[in-house]
Amino acid sequence: MLQPAFDEMNGLGQGVREPYAAVAEWLGTLRIDDLKRKRAEAEVLFRRTGITFNVYGDEDAAERLIPFDIIPRIISAAEWRRLAAGIEQRVRALNAFMYDIYHRQEILKAGRIPPELIIQNSAFVPEMIGVEPPLGIYSHIIGIDLVRTGENEFYVLEDNTRTPSGVSYMLENRETMMHMFPDLFARNNVAPVEVYPEKLLQTLESVAPEGLNRDPVIAVLTPGIYNSAYFEHSFLADQMGVELVEGNDLVVLDGALHMKTTQGLTQVDVIYRRVDDSHLDPLVFDPDSLLGVPGIFDVYRAGRVTIVNAPGAGIADDKAIYSYIPEIIEFYLGRPPILSNVPTHNCRHPDGLKYVLEHLSELVVKEVHGSGGYGMLVGPAASKEEIETFRAKLKARPENYIAQPTLALSTCPTLVEDGLAPRHLDLRPFVLIGDQVRLVPGGLTRVALKRGSLVVNSSQGGGTKDTWVLQD
Amino acid sequence: MLGRTANDLFWLSRYVERAENMARLIEVGYRIALLPRTGDAKNEEWRSTLESAGCAPGYFAKNETLSARDVVNYLLFDLTNNSSIHSCLATARQNARAQRTALTREMWESLNSSWIEFQSIKPNTLTSDGLPKLLDWIKERSAAYRGALMNTILRNDTYHFSQLGTFLERADNTARILDVKYYVLLPSSTMVGGGIDNVQWEAILRSVSAHRSYRWVYKDSYRAWQIADYLILNRAMPRSLRACYGEIDGSLKDLARLYGAEQPCLGTAKTTLALLDQGEIDTIFQSGLHEFLSDFIARNNRVGHEISEAYHFNA
Repeated sequence: MLQPAFDEMNGLGQGVREPYAAVAEWLGTLRIDDLKRKRAEAEVLFRRTGITFNVYGDEDAAERLIPFDIIPRIISAAEWRRLAAGIEQRVRALNAFMYDIYHRQEILKAGRIPPELIIQNSAFVPEMIGVEPPLGIYSHIIGIDLVRTGENEFYVLEDNTRTPSGVSYMLENRETMMHMFPDLFARNNVAPVEVYPEKLLQTLESVAPEGLNRDPVIAVLTPGIYNSAYFEHSFLADQMGVELVEGNDLVVLDGALHMKTTQGLTQVDVIYRRVDDSHLDPLVFDPDSLLGVPGIFDVYRAGRVTIVNAPGAGIADDKAIYSYIPEIIEFYLGRPPILSNVPTHNCRHPDGLKYVLEHLSELVVKEVHGSGGYGMLVGPAASKEEIETFRAKLKARPENYIAQPTLALSTCPTLVEDGLAPRHLDLRPFVLIGDQVRLVPGGLTRVALKRGSLVVNSSQGGGTKDTWVLQD
Repeated sequence: MLGRTANDLFWLSRYVERAENMARLIEVGYRIALLPRTGDAKNEEWRSTLESAGCAPGYFAKNETLSARDVVNYLLFDLTNNSSIHSCLATARQNARAQRTALTREMWESLNSSWIEFQSIKPNTLTSDGLPKLLDWIKERSAAYRGALMNTILRNDTYHFSQLGTFLERADNTARILDVKYYVLLPSSTMVGGGIDNVQWEAILRSVSAHRSYRWVYKDSYRAWQIADYLILNRAMPRSLRACYGEIDGSLKDLARLYGAEQPCLGTAKTTLALLDQGEIDTIFQSGLHEFLSDFIARNNRVGHEISEAYHFNA
């Protein structure tokens, strides 16, 4: 049914690909037991460092490790150059699109996107209309999910413009690999990723409110220790040397945002928030939220604090908007997209729906607002019953779904029970947008550990790998 | 620093210290219970262990009788007891997790590995010879955490709030141990003399790991008023009230310097320190050891309360 997948190490079977030469040689010198022992060592390291994530609704496994695979995923310098150019182009267009959507809405007037797709979208925040974020940027930290299907075929599967997570794994995976296999790094010219926190800090500083006559005070806002990504929040705050605050630590007073310190109140200028829009400000959004700060949105609107990413940034990563991104790039930048989209059928269109219903067993169907691999159908892997259940859901609410062909995601050798075996993977580079676009060479490689599985999400049993970008 | 951070660091230290003190109390109770004595008297020792730990009401709400197994279980593993070693480690680790950005990697990893290892202990498979080993391990882990703190943390507010938690908790613990047993130190009971008193006196010293150092300092056999002097007024004894207040006073002064403002808690700490500095053990006995200790415990609580007010712990 599926064509054979392209393998990152072995291509389509014509021998080891150039970027993997040194790693393949190294693997050849090791026995499977050695590798398994190393993997166990890595787990102890992760556990002791507390690099864990929480799974909602799973009391027993309140703090779980994301399985870490010790065989790296490697990207050549030339491949990365192309990806980097495409990513930069994409994030510039996404921000231009958001600025337009919350201002003149030229793209709607030009009829390039159906207005109801924006206006009726729950990710669209009308309160943001007319707000001027510093430097006109809405999404300062974007994770772009990429997949590969061949030597030169990369696709963008998804943009994450709200609060993308996973960058701490990119950094800790590298730290662990360098600790365990220092020789490997002596033999391969791997681009460093540890500059990410510094670049994040520079990005945050660059979007501080104008006219501050002091260094901006920056804080990371977390929902707290029970959040699934809490480790990452504390990790990033620590690496940047800024406070990690919860909603209760903040208060709005005299039109400014303050944090409550041991010496009284300190004004905060930039908030890197890791709480959702709806929880940000109970006065404007969800009134029952205890995670946010009453009044913060007014301070933001008055330009006295910068919220990163901006409220309403989710409009750019909505799955219903996704299929319009190539148009968005052309519209704002006047150039064709460098990175391709996966061809997408919008079930809101009758033609799209008809096609999808006829080809359910071949397609991946996703909820427009879903995330984390929940509520999706992978046609080729689904049973007849599952397909029929999904068909009913589709017919009931077609506008709630999009569908894409099942891509043969590239594989990479991965350590499993009986040794090394190819497993499917994706790649999420993290790009920073402030006074300039900053892209650390690398990203988070997620790998589906189950044989044949295409779902890489950690909530669905996916693992991660260290991601190497080689330098010339 | 956030007020919440200061609060979490303060209590993190308190709970690590409390776990260590609890281990010592159980150890002493267990030791005495091994002595050849008859039924009731044997178990009565557990009552004073519970009282020293401030856990007697909670214990008797769940248990009607005293037994080694129930007491040890309540003080070590019972999560409904906020002061059990299990609860202490859980709270300490939770605070540490909430304040990872304030801790050094060494501090976090020390605490996190203790927690991971403690969770693998199965209470019902704990044998009587396993108990002393476990208690030693707990003291060791507390020492490891304190070591990581002393060796790796910047001497800024993180350090000072951690120190304050440790020494307020320690002072409270030493004062309570003395107060529960004060009667065995009174002259009237000294008259009785004999083996039991010696056992009781040694128990007091052991509860604060001072039974050997006592001999070095006083070059004498155990004497009630010297034991009290040692635990209350001796500035060289690291668990004495005087030593604890030396540290508390020092940290509060450093904080005042760091923040450029003196707070009421410093005043209260200074007065308490002066009281201990000028105190004479004879006068303390004359005006009542129990009254002195109750007064001290109340003062110590007040300092804790004033610290949390001054530095916006619950802002």
